[in-house]
Amino acid sequence: MPTATFRIWRGDITGGKFCDYRTDVAEGMVVLDAIHRVQAEQVPDLAVRWNCKAGKCGSCSAEVNGMPRLMCMTRMNQLPIDAPITVEPMRAFPLIKDLVTDVSSNYRAKQRITPFKPRPPDAADGTWRMAQEDVDRIQEFRKCIECFLCQDVCHVLREHRLHEQFIGPRLLVHVAALEMHPLDIESRAEELRTVHGVGYCNITKCCTKVCPESITITDNAIIPLKERVVDECYDPLTKLFRIFRPARAPEAPG
Amino acid sequence: MDGANVLGERNFGRTARRDAWWVQPLAVFGVLSAFVVYATWAALQTSYYTFGPYLSPFYSPELFGDSAHAWFGPKPGWWPGWLPWSPALLILWAPGGFRLTCYYYRGAYYKAFWADPPSCAVGEPRRSYWGEASLPLVIQNAHRYFLYLALLFLCVLSYDVWKALWFVDPASGETHFGIGVGTLVLATNVMLLGSYTLGCHSLRHLVGGRIDRLSQAPARLRAYRCASCLNRRHMSWAWASLVAVAFADLYVRLCAMGIWSDWRLF
Ligand code: SF4
Ligand code: SF4
Ligand code: FES
Ligand code: FES
Repeated sequence: MPTATFRIWRGDITGGKFCDYRTDVAEGMVVLDAIHRVQAEQVPDLAVRWNCKAGKCGSCSAEVNGMPRLMCMTRMNQLPIDAPITVEPMRAFPLIKDLVTDVSSNYRAKQRITPFKPRPPDAADGTWRMAQEDVDRIQEFRKCIECFLCQDVCHVLREHRLHEQFIGPRLLVHVAALEMHPLDIESRAEELRTVHGVGYCNITKCCTKVCPESITITDNAIIPLKERVVDECYDPLTKLFRIFRPARAPEAPG
Repeated sequence: MDGANVLGERNFGRTARRDAWWVQPLAVFGVLSAFVVYATWAALQTSYYTFGPYLSPFYSPELFGDSAHAWFGPKPGWWPGWLPWSPALLILWAPGGFRLTCYYYRGAYYKAFWADPPSCAVGEPRRSYWGEASLPLVIQNAHRYFLYLALLFLCVLSYDVWKALWFVDPASGETHFGIGVGTLVLATNVMLLGSYTLGCHSLRHLVGGRIDRLSQAPARLRAYRCASCLNRRHMSWAWASLVAVAFADLYVRLCAMGIWSDWRLF
């Protein structure tokens, strides 16, 4: 059985360092298996968060050889084992211990988003009707597993630490799912610009690149939101056009 | 204290990535720089931009100029003497601005030219950051206005292809229908530019993306689907059309200079 060296970050907010551990790697193993093996055989106090081992709970996010990844979905045969494999916690979030970070800022940011508000029910029994083609577009956003890998790779949060000014790609995906929802009647354009800081995104698409659910974050969520902000805040022609447009029924598309 | 501080400061280019992350930004830097240098040189030539019925896309529409393609006659008298004159300078700001404010190119050149970030999960040279939230980059939001102009240019360039189908017989002076390699070059350019322009994110938004209940507007739903289809490959169309437009200019130029001879298919 081949062996690989894992260079794992060990430490907490007071400090720490990378430590090397050698362990056997068998066919079909993922990085999380190897971390568990190191934990079982060598360092029982190694902190690592995980849950499903199936890429669905979003708990095992870390950085493997410098790229944000789910450890349970990173197969060992994708990684060269001729050099140590670095495994470190997500850099965009406060460290708790070893590979575990505090991602609660994302939940707080979510609370700043205007919640879903549906139009009055379509039918007397209090239910609504939605066309398939109208929900197709937001279906993709609902695949999000809140692993926060996109938040981790986003340089606005990772390098510039603008957590207070910018809600980040994951939460922009959430806003897009609300904004484009065929039943929702709220407009979040103004808060996107002022509170959520959509203008900080410079569309470099790193979030899209790392998303384990292959959500087209930049092209299908963030850019359409930027365009909605342009409609509301930066486009005098659209504003003029709206003033002179004949009034429509309140539940008409818009 | 947060994770980044304990794990050590990230300086420019620092990363734990082991792949060749610098290849892509370097390629973008190289190709875009080469294009800008060539386009500037070609725009300042003021000669060899037409050949027979062909007109270089860098010079189209030729509002004022000395060739037979000029719309309003020769160089206007009011053009300031200290400013270099070229028919291309009158118009190139529009397609240039369109590409400069294109969402795809923005992301690409912020990485390649400004290292913001140099590549995903790679350290940056600067601490300060404003993004597109304030001046100067908030101006990028004018992209849709450049789109309107780009759509006009697309019509003009399509008309140029039509004109490139009619050749004057030097002996009789009569005009005949024909197709030369140059016609195909110009047509390919328009096809690629069209795929790039019609897949624009702003266009996708304007034709349908801004509506939440598209099912109630079937024509717009169809338009939205077409724009989305082209938009999925927006990056590829962006590069293909960039190369095509420079090549079309080069082709016309080489023919006009007599270095290359245009081959008439019929
Ligand atoms: S595209 Fe925007 S949100 Fe995504 S990583 Fe880049 S800057 Fe962050
Ligand atoms: S958008 Fe993708 S990368 Fe971001 S939290 Fe959701 S699943 Fe993870
Ligand atoms: S353990 Fe659930 S996503 Fe990896
Ligand atoms: S987004 Fe690329 S041309 Fe508009």
